[in-house]
Amino acid sequence: MGSTLTEKILARAAGRDEVHAGDIIEAQVDLALANDITAPLAIAEFEKAGFTKVFDPAHIALVPDHFTPNKDIKAAGQSKKMREFARKHEIVNYFEIGRVGIEHVLLPDTGMVAPGDVVVGADSHTCTYGAVAAFSTGMGSTDFAAAMAWGRVWLRVPESIKFVYSGRPQPWVTGKDLILHTIGLIGVDGALYQSMEFTGEAIEALSMDERFTMCNMAIEAGGKNGIVGFDEKTMQYLQARPEGSRARTAGKVFASDADAEYARVLEIDASAVPLTVSKPHLPSNAAAAADLADVTIDQVVIGSCTNGRLEDLRQAAAILRGKKVHPNVRAIVLPGTQQVCLDAAADGTMQALIEAGCAFSTPTCGPCLGGHMGVLAEGERAVATTNRNFVGRMGHPGSEVYLASPYVAAASALAGHIATPEEVGAGQGRSR
Amino acid sequence: MIFEGAVHKYGRDVDTDVIIPARYLNTSDPAELAEHCMEDIDAEFVTSVQPGDIIVAHENFGCGSSREHAPVAIKASGISVVVAASFARIFYRNAINTGLPIVVCPEAAREAQAGDRLRVDLAAGAVENLTQGKKYGAEAFPPFMQELIDRGGLLEYVKSQLAEGSRS
Repeated sequence: MGSTLTEKILARAAGRDEVHAGDIIEAQVDLALANDITAPLAIAEFEKAGFTKVFDPAHIALVPDHFTPNKDIKAAGQSKKMREFARKHEIVNYFEIGRVGIEHVLLPDTGMVAPGDVVVGADSHTCTYGAVAAFSTGMGSTDFAAAMAWGRVWLRVPESIKFVYSGRPQPWVTGKDLILHTIGLIGVDGALYQSMEFTGEAIEALSMDERFTMCNMAIEAGGKNGIVGFDEKTMQYLQARPEGSRARTAGKVFASDADAEYARVLEIDASAVPLTVSKPHLPSNAAAAADLADVTIDQVVIGSCTNGRLEDLRQAAAILRGKKVHPNVRAIVLPGTQQVCLDAAADGTMQALIEAGCAFSTPTCGPCLGGHMGVLAEGERAVATTNRNFVGRMGHPGSEVYLASPYVAAASALAGHIATPEEVGAGQGRSR
Repeated sequence: MIFEGAVHKYGRDVDTDVIIPARYLNTSDPAELAEHCMEDIDAEFVTSVQPGDIIVAHENFGCGSSREHAPVAIKASGISVVVAASFARIFYRNAINTGLPIVVCPEAAREAQAGDRLRVDLAAGAVENLTQGKKYGAEAFPPFMQELIDRGGLLEYVKSQLAEGSRS
């Protein structure tokens, strides 16, 4: 019997010739990460258990990105705990404000993830790194504490669902639309405990930024990990990472066997996927953006670990350049990292967004989880390029979040209601 | 362990954002978190919950964020055990790791009504609805998870693994 990409990575990390779905393994961890919300709890557990040292400081990352720059005194205390732990244990991959970015944009971009790696993070969107053909999955704080001490993690090898996207997406349709559409098809527990392997012509045509977006949202279907096979684009992305980084110097490339066993194979015609919006209050509540024109909005959020990469900001700018955000709309841009800020400044993206009337933030998770920098009041409605639209996710439990791509979010910012790029006169869109 | 208490009943896809909203995650103090448990889905929960009460929910309980604050808040609120048709993956691990008893029992989850008295025998894998006079069999933990629980939880297990490693 052949193996899936995920099974091969887990076999390597467990030091076995092969493993298959259902096996319980202890896998070596190449990177363990946590943020300013999950790390303090982990540190408390780590110390309470009596551990005195981490397995290897170079393979741990601590990223204060959620309630930072510190939103209030309690949050400042949480950040402080994490900073002091990082100093005590000489965790070099602690990223201070001014250098920090949103963890799932920052860590792959700084070259900390290589193909074939096993990454565990105390953040559910850790599944993002599957875009570089790594196994990565989210966990809680105690699991992270254990991984920090032990350098290993217990895992049940997941069954895989193979998603085959045929055809080429329509103009303006992005990886975000593909993943929202997919979650709409299978539901928020449609991939529960399973691996989501994204394949097919349309995936090959996606940029790396879009592949990160798709893998990022695997958790929204209940998935353990999302993963895309290694190809020329993966290689180019990795080679552009900092010299000497793990992405440039480590890793092992695996591919699924032709006779690998899948729990399910789902074929999706990418050319038939519309510009997609997920309505409140579940990411699976997918609808065509064109059918939602009567939904008026108060806020647009462009950014997050899902869509805070340079290409996302460029897509928003392509719609907003030379125009003005609707008078009733607050548009907030949250770039993923300082490098994304610099790149957006260098190529005119930032200027176009600011001139259109967007607020441009420092990198932070901010309003995505209702933390700060754009929390919604009762009865308010937002279109966001983020990943969750649960009750109260972006603020008051009586507020609403509609999930969309940067194109749709930007068009909606201009229109004051959910809109497509065509509606705001954005031209032809790109061809693939 | 045997638990008996009144049912607080919820539907499917109860996410960790409603179990404990992120706006309260600037602390990890269990008592403080418990003050806001279930706030966005059931404003009455915090005032009505009695020690030993039981949360019963349909599929995919605990979906969304990996915040371990969710099982911590539930446990600190006085809930003795959560019975659901299924649990989201990360919540499942977190519940085991934080010592919040959980039971997978789709039938009991479907039939229980708010306010019913439930009796849950973890070791026997039995759920009994005392109000309705019905008995159900619950799913056993996978053997590896049971071993983790028996050995005092994940961190105790890791400690013994590290001790073994340093001897060999």
